[in-house]
Amino acid sequence: MEPVIEVRNLYKTFDEGKSFVLKGLDLKIPKGLITILIGYSGTGKSVLLKHILGLFKPTKGEVIVLGQNLFDMEEEELIRFRTRLGVLFQHAALFDDMTVLENVTFPLREHRRDLSPQEIIEKAIEKLKSSGLDPSHYDKQPSELSSGMQKRVGLARALVLEPAILLYDEPTTGLDPILTGMVDNLIMETHKKHKGSTSVVVTHDLGAAFRIGDYVVMLDKGKVLLEGAPEVFLESDIEVVRHFVEKGLRRSEDV
Amino acid sequence: MIQLWTQNRDRINEAIDKFLLFVWESTYGALTTTGKVVLFFIEGMRLVFVKPYRVNEIIKHMEFIGNKSLMIIALTGTFTGMAMSYQIYLGFSLVNATNLVGPTVALGITKELGPVLTGLIVAARAGGAMAARLGTMRVSEQIDAMEVMGINPKQFLVAPRLLAAIISLPLLCGVFDFVAMAGSYFLAVHLLNLDEAIFWDKIQLWLNPKDINEGLIKAALFGMTFSSICTYRGFYTTGGAKGVGESTNGGVVNSMVLIIVVNFFTTNVIRALYKIKDNL
Repeated sequence: MEPVIEVRNLYKTFDEGKSFVLKGLDLKIPKGLITILIGYSGTGKSVLLKHILGLFKPTKGEVIVLGQNLFDMEEEELIRFRTRLGVLFQHAALFDDMTVLENVTFPLREHRRDLSPQEIIEKAIEKLKSSGLDPSHYDKQPSELSSGMQKRVGLARALVLEPAILLYDEPTTGLDPILTGMVDNLIMETHKKHKGSTSVVVTHDLGAAFRIGDYVVMLDKGKVLLEGAPEVFLESDIEVVRHFVEKGLRRSEDV
Repeated sequence: MIQLWTQNRDRINEAIDKFLLFVWESTYGALTTTGKVVLFFIEGMRLVFVKPYRVNEIIKHMEFIGNKSLMIIALTGTFTGMAMSYQIYLGFSLVNATNLVGPTVALGITKELGPVLTGLIVAARAGGAMAARLGTMRVSEQIDAMEVMGINPKQFLVAPRLLAAIISLPLLCGVFDFVAMAGSYFLAVHLLNLDEAIFWDKIQLWLNPKDINEGLIKAALFGMTFSSICTYRGFYTTGGAKGVGESTNGGVVNSMVLIIVVNFFTTNVIRALYKIKDNL
């Protein structure tokens, strides 16, 4: 299947080569699917995500997103290119000096100068509604919302520019089981509504991989350890994968 | 003594090595950081003139840096003017030169104390807030979010703050000079019973517009100094809440020290420039 994101021989060090977080990572993320990046903490999942977003520069290697090598671009070009990506951050990363509605209209006000103020508000409300946020919260500050609601706002903001790729950075970390289920459903529903879009979810929650993932990639020690359909992980003989699956499934059952 | 040296030669050499290494690393670190801050400032100022222009943001930050500092500047200025008047009066009355209280205060305030105190006060108030705000935005991924939305965070967050500080500081310095002279006048004329006409006449005689300009130029430089340091520290904050605290503290302390240092050098540079101009 055609990859929308291709990572080639990616190396990353933060301490001038004393240790590497990513060690020659190769990866192709297929188009139109929900791809789950899993792995223990510290295996480089979030670092990989930041490379895909062009927020980190690789020590060595290439990251090609939608056919373009991110690190061949000038900074301004890269910033413009990122409008084709939408991101839901771990803690939603809402601007705390703006209301919910202002947060969602912000990207539109910056990039869709062809739209009238009324059209911008209508578009933002449409996205907020599709993320399932009650209209009574639109004028609130992010700090007045629960973390689940903040994620809904973050998702609406990520979707408002109609991105080709939607990335989720640990969307369920720190949430209770009910909210975790809600966020998983939200990811699935959003993916179904935006036909043709690609979703990449970075998580260490194996349950999510089996519930919503079409394609799963497991990272270990800065490299891809195993990738494929979720079932591949149940049948794997690799010690680390087996251990991760057993622990993950046990935790899901407990939940 | 020689015996002591021979017995401990290795340890002494090691201590000297460590000290020299420490001096080298500190100097190198300070110079590298200064270079980075200068480049950060240049980049920020370039972005002021790149579309889309952030006029609303500039006005918003001028309101925060300038307007909201007015009360503290007015209070500090008034009491500085009064205290300076009183001290100078005490000294000058010993040599029967109280006629010169007015111009001495005026020159001291406009050329040195006005810009320096304005710079220090605003660096502590607005500079600290800048570093803390940007630091919080960095650690809570709000800056990353802005970047992945296709918005240049340096243009949206840093550039307006830099320009707002450079514009606001001379204005605040002007206010400081004015209220300080008002305070000085009140104390000298109404409480110490100096002659009002002489007070103003001597000021007019000794105080030149170029003295006031010197202070205003310095204030703009101090605005540039503290806003560059504080936005740089805030923008590149790492390490969560602890990091935000360190950025805020570091930003304010570095700004204050640098304002004093920059003041010394600019005083000399501006005077040299005036001399060159006068000789032309």
